[in-house]
Amino acid sequence: MENTHIVKSFDRDLTQIENMILEMGGMVENQIMLSINALIARDEDLAKTVRAADKPIDALESAIDENSIRILALRQPLASDLRHVVCAMKVASNLERIGDYCKNIAKRTVALSGHDSVGSSEKTLKRMGQLVQQMVRDVLDAYVKKDLAMAEELILRDEEVDHMHNTLFRELLTYMMEDPRNITSCMHLLFIAKNIERMGDHTTAVAEQIYYVVTGELPEDDRPKSDMTSQIVVSAEGDLI
Amino acid sequence: MNIQTHIEETVMPVPSASPTPIIEVRDTQVFYGEKQAIIDVNVEIEPNAVTAFIGPSGCGKSTLLRCLNRMNDVIPICRVEGSITLAGQDIYAPEVDVVALRQKVGMVFQKPNPFPKSIFENVAYGPKINGLTKHKLEMEEIVETSLKRAGLWEEVKDRLDQPGTGLSGGQQQRLCIARAIAVQPKVILMDEPCSALDPIATATVETLIDELREKYTIIIVTHSMQQAARVSQKTAFFHLGELVEFGTTEQIFSAPRQERTQNYITGRIG
Repeated sequence: MENTHIVKSFDRDLTQIENMILEMGGMVENQIMLSINALIARDEDLAKTVRAADKPIDALESAIDENSIRILALRQPLASDLRHVVCAMKVASNLERIGDYCKNIAKRTVALSGHDSVGSSEKTLKRMGQLVQQMVRDVLDAYVKKDLAMAEELILRDEEVDHMHNTLFRELLTYMMEDPRNITSCMHLLFIAKNIERMGDHTTAVAEQIYYVVTGELPEDDRPKSDMTSQIVVSAEGDLI
Repeated sequence: MNIQTHIEETVMPVPSASPTPIIEVRDTQVFYGEKQAIIDVNVEIEPNAVTAFIGPSGCGKSTLLRCLNRMNDVIPICRVEGSITLAGQDIYAPEVDVVALRQKVGMVFQKPNPFPKSIFENVAYGPKINGLTKHKLEMEEIVETSLKRAGLWEEVKDRLDQPGTGLSGGQQQRLCIARAIAVQPKVILMDEPCSALDPIATATVETLIDELREKYTIIIVTHSMQQAARVSQKTAFFHLGELVEFGTTEQIFSAPRQERTQNYITGRIG
């Protein structure tokens, strides 16, 4: 923030919240990578580590909430300060959800142990994971810099994740139709793909919060929504439509 | 009287989204001798709403407020240029009767200043000198209604003959509001009405302000931004004699457009 407050401790309070968000974001980013790695390698120990590492993320979210509420109560922030504090709470809640999805991937990794990968689906999952991880990294960067252009670009970038999710959805449905023995694996992989797709949505929500902090307005809801999986059905002939 | 008829016309309910302003300030400059206190201010005051003037000390907010009922006339070196209209009537026109103007545009000050008379006489004084009524019964009615509207009636109805100065600070301020209401004004100007009051008395006065806007247009000068945020619908931010930003209170306090507004209300400039 270019201008400092007359009350210096107010600046310190705001900076502290921002630092906590960054710490939380870093942890979440790491969780995405580890949960996907554990899945690909069927590494149950790593999956266990991921599940345990979700606790400190949740704790950090509570701490950010507490700090934000304290600032609201004691300092009654206004204008950009108000947006900053309210946004911190929302960003923390979105990051916490991303953390939960990583934990869920880790749980499913345990269920998938002993099942081989199906087709190229896990490669796609890995690419999706990398994409979302990069989005989280960039959104945190945009958050620190209050970079409007970057936030807007991120909102659009989520489309790519949605496209990959659509492709994977069709692919996994096909495998299940080919051989019912694939169903257990494919169902779990499908949920994992959905988890990653949701992570992208939460990252987009964070980008929207950045837009609000900077401009004081929420972005218009005209971003591309490309998740078509809720409309895909299998016809009587066994075709995907 | 001229002003009276004009007001009667504009107070008719206007169904449109932005009602006809009751006060219009156009290209107004105010000088104290050589020093310019108000620079080129344009502002429109919405009827039946609370408008807050905020800004650091010496920004001109009180000066502008005092222009609205010509309280600045008593300061010999004060000069007002531009145009200020009340319901379309230029209040600085030579034919305007200042006493009649101040009946239409009442004022409540920072420190409660009841007359050293009884509670009843404090409220009755204005209507009496303005010749609003001649009958004792009618006067009693005016006093009761005014005290009721000011939210003070229940507390003082059994001791109307006791001195107004014997009331608590918050009660005295509400007595001053009752006194302002008694002459049936259209606009009430309030200059820091709560700065000498404790939080409870402040809350009572703020509740009252919110109720009063149903019948009156209120303009309040306040140093407390929280108070401006709580009681007003429109907020004007002044700095160094200029009107920097004017908008809905919600917009000014959540997403101000001007950097100076932003810096002031977040506590970065005093």
